Amino acid sequence: MALADARAICPALITRPADLVREAAALGGLRRWLERYSPMVARDGADGLVADITGVPHLFGGEAELRADLHARLERVGLSVGTAIAETRGAAQALARHGGGIVPEGAVARGIGHLPVSALRIGEDSAQGLSRMGLKRIADLTGLPRAPLARRFGPALVLRLDQALGLQPEPISPEADLPYFGVRMTLPEPIGLEEDVMAGLSRLLGRLCATLARHRRGARRLRLELHRVDGETARVEIGLARPMRDPDRIAALFTRGVAEVEAAFGIEMMRLVAHVTEAMDPEQLGGHAALREQDALADLFSTLGNRLGFERVLRLVPRDSKIPERSFQLLPAVYSRPQAPPPQRGPERPITIFPPEPVAARGGRPGHPPSAFRWRNMSFRTLRATGPERIAPEWWQDDPAWRTGLRDYWRVETREGPRLWLFHTPQAPAWPAGHWFAQGEFL
Amino acid sequence: MLRDPARSHPPALAGGRVHEAEGPARRGFALVQAARHRGQVIWVLPAHVAQLPMLRGLPEGLGERLHLLRPAGEADLLWAVEECLRSPGVGLVIAEPEKPLSLLAGRRLQLAAEAGATTGLMLVREGQGSNAAETRWHCAPLPSEEGDSTPQHWELKKNKKGTTGFWTVHRNGATAAFNLVSASRERDGAAETPR
Repeated sequence: MALADARAICPALITRPADLVREAAALGGLRRWLERYSPMVARDGADGLVADITGVPHLFGGEAELRADLHARLERVGLSVGTAIAETRGAAQALARHGGGIVPEGAVARGIGHLPVSALRIGEDSAQGLSRMGLKRIADLTGLPRAPLARRFGPALVLRLDQALGLQPEPISPEADLPYFGVRMTLPEPIGLEEDVMAGLSRLLGRLCATLARHRRGARRLRLELHRVDGETARVEIGLARPMRDPDRIAALFTRGVAEVEAAFGIEMMRLVAHVTEAMDPEQLGGHAALREQDALADLFSTLGNRLGFERVLRLVPRDSKIPERSFQLLPAVYSRPQAPPPQRGPERPITIFPPEPVAARGGRPGHPPSAFRWRNMSFRTLRATGPERIAPEWWQDDPAWRTGLRDYWRVETREGPRLWLFHTPQAPAWPAGHWFAQGEFL
Repeated sequence: MLRDPARSHPPALAGGRVHEAEGPARRGFALVQAARHRGQVIWVLPAHVAQLPMLRGLPEGLGERLHLLRPAGEADLLWAVEECLRSPGVGLVIAEPEKPLSLLAGRRLQLAAEAGATTGLMLVREGQGSNAAETRWHCAPLPSEEGDSTPQHWELKKNKKGTTGFWTVHRNGATAAFNLVSASRERDGAAETPR
């Protein structure tokens, strides 16, 4: 039915665009859940799932009980489904979309004979062609000779019919699950000592790292869950400065977190999950000195980041801006790569920079640095001044510190020794003419 | 033994030890030492200190191997310095502790530096150093007589394994490299016994 027709019938109709991505994700989740009935579960089109339950129904008490169990569980979460159990995939698929039910063994042709021919997964054209010839039900097709059918409607119809009737095989190929990097260990007796937990952890890490190596991945974040006897769960989470799958080095990072865990009456289950992983190719062990230095630095950053926070382990990265405070940025060292700053052309830059600090200026010609000033409670007399270097604000960035307009930067050498980077703002008329700021210190 | 410091360069910071620098030009001293040092450089700076190294003003080749740690408190800072000193992947650790270094903390840092064969440089306020330091430098900028020159006065106030002295060095402004040229007019005073 077209949307306009539906609206005409029911003006208060609420419509939502179909979200195919989320629907597919939901179906994927349901597919994984369905593995409780069979290990062989596959998607069937965009709206169906098909499971090979050969040898399974007796575990649930029979086919009817299995189907009832499935319906009951899905209804409890609010899903209404149509299901069918049959000897062949084609028959089950046809029946599930036309009422559902169970076809007993050896009675496929009878069980689906009453269904319309369109249930056979054939195209719209073939179905219309068949019904125009009076072949409306599957039972009408089963008795006909195959050769004229294939000549008239193509081999696809015969193939689908044979698959539904079990004359042609149609296996179910289950999808491969994404690798899951989690291991667990249930202990026969509760443990409480730190050494015991670490020993258990090293066993778990050995298994986890083997799984990671098989899939050529390295852990970036790991979580250790310690289930206590009293039902509580303690969690220890660590981050790594780069993908890693070396059990000893990872275990060392857990030491501090495990020491803080309250064991109470004991820990009876341990679970270790690498919930963030990254691709990591095998690499040669040992290697030259530079490689070992990199390893040591990555270990150091992991240790530092886990106590201080990774946002406090920083690196200076150049940015393309003439504004002094924006000419570089501080990025977390574990999420950035070292970058050499472009060679400095033009006037020299100070070695340290700080937010502008006002200086109390005295003397000097207008537009030139003062002959004497006070900064940080120290008096300075100007010996030599180099400049000005005029830096204009970036108009596309609304930076409150640069609302005062242009800045004229001077390198001021003082008789007392320090060489400072002073500026004043000629475009700020509201301020006294002698208003100067210090922003950096030269070597 | 008489020594003419006028023609000698200031001694390099001994590896595997922790040194101290004080005075207004201590950050410049640290950056010059970092440029002379090979390997990764880590600068530990309390999170609330707003005076940062400026990437484009740093000596050539230092920017890409300089890392900044910004711990929140003094205990975290000392812990981070110790961890960095202990790591074999680091060449030089520069730190700016806020409080006076106790003898215990200073000794711990020395042991860590020995374990990791790393050099440490503490930028302390005057009189706040620790007795465990290998050397202590006082650094002050000097006004330059001619332009394009950056003279500095580096005084070695304490040296556990050698004599003290003072040097006037300046950076050759024509090139990006640091040329440590001692001025010829300086002369060593009477040899002091190291503290």
